[in-house]
Amino acid sequence: MVDFGGWELPQQYTSIRDEHFAVRKAAGLFDISHMGRLVVEGGGALAYLQHLLTNDLGALGAGHAIYSQMCKEDGGVIDDLVVYRETEDRFIVVVNAANREKDIAWMRKHLSGEAALEDRTAELSLIAFQGPRAHALLPPGSSDTEDIPYFGFRSGKVAGAPALISRTGYTGEDGFELFIASDQVGEVWDAILAEGKSSGVLPAGLGARDATRLEAALRLYGNDMDETVNPYEAGLGWTVKLGKGDFIGHDALAAVKQNGPKRSLIGFKTASGDIPRHGAAVIHDGRRVGTVTSGTHSFFLGHPIALALIEVPSFPAGERIAVEVRGREAPAEVVKLPFYRGSARSAVAPAKS
Amino acid sequence: MADRRYTKTHEWVVVDGKSVTVGITDFAQSQLGDVVFLELPSTGRKLAMRESFGVVESVKAASDLYSPVAGRVTAVNEKLTANPELVNSDPYGDGWILKVELAGDLPADLLDEGAYKKVTEASAH
Repeated sequence: MVDFGGWELPQQYTSIRDEHFAVRKAAGLFDISHMGRLVVEGGGALAYLQHLLTNDLGALGAGHAIYSQMCKEDGGVIDDLVVYRETEDRFIVVVNAANREKDIAWMRKHLSGEAALEDRTAELSLIAFQGPRAHALLPPGSSDTEDIPYFGFRSGKVAGAPALISRTGYTGEDGFELFIASDQVGEVWDAILAEGKSSGVLPAGLGARDATRLEAALRLYGNDMDETVNPYEAGLGWTVKLGKGDFIGHDALAAVKQNGPKRSLIGFKTASGDIPRHGAAVIHDGRRVGTVTSGTHSFFLGHPIALALIEVPSFPAGERIAVEVRGREAPAEVVKLPFYRGSARSAVAPAKS
Repeated sequence: MADRRYTKTHEWVVVDGKSVTVGITDFAQSQLGDVVFLELPSTGRKLAMRESFGVVESVKAASDLYSPVAGRVTAVNEKLTANPELVNSDPYGDGWILKVELAGDLPADLLDEGAYKKVTEASAH
């Protein structure tokens, strides 16, 4: 067990390698109840969230979710989050565990008009069933999910229990995130594992979650960005909609967009055994040009992979660089992101930012 | 195995005369998670007690390996080059790491199984 934002979570249930392969080949079941779940509702809820967030919720219909940044006035990222529009004036905001209290404080400070904010993290559990076969392997007593589009969600049932079934995830694979009452989630968890056991479904821990999200180049707050990094630097400019009207950080971000970001997030790979770690120097022509933000050994791809924040101008795919590993310079090669494109219908950001 | 002894830093040793086999404990491998690479010394290298002799890279982190004894490296487990996961699957058997020819005495602070168990229970939380 490791401490993760105050929650005890398993790094692995059995083996990170086996769990990682289960997610890529069949499906893995993750307990992500540590993520913060906040409800924003009221006649002013939409206007309030539009003011807080960089992405545009204006066209978001009920039953659809959207990925956004929440930024400071200077454009630094406070958190990245997913907003689910349940009804015209009711939203669920899922935030990072380690940021929940900070986010709530920030959101309360800016609360105005007819909007109420409530922390529902404890009573509503969240599990993620992710993999190319997740859809096919939902247990008996589950709603038909065929018509749920990517980033769409519906109220329904999973293994007989009422659930909010969302076709979202953090692995690059097709699958679901399931909001279930905490007193029923244990039975649903067991039913999914029982149904999927013979097909290779495994419970998956933080290790497999980190490896799969990194292969899909999905950013991890606290590693790949924080309050000193703006969305354009993190390659998330597509989540900033400057034209939607004013929001916190708008002017700073407009200036970044106009002048171009000073740093850029890139992906690279190294030889087996040379695992780049968060904070390691990235070197080119003998000069430090950036810092590793995330790195791991990808069992699935068979070599280590990493993301790094690099000063611009950045490097094209194929460029040879070096990275500090165990006190020496290890050779590395810049590669196109994502490292792996899974079964999710669109796990990856649109190419342009 | 009755004659396996442990360090507070989660290495184990089995002593056979002057030959000491060194590995990391089951607790250590479970804390590290899946091991993907080991950087190990060449045979013949002389190690001081507590000297760092290599690195174990797991998915989670790179961790230094420390020699529980002083001596000369007589063998390294070549199987770990191709199969580093042996450290996870069989830490006290095929996942052994080094053999060292002991120079001088064994350190006095090696732990027996019961004492080591208390160390792991204290650091498990």
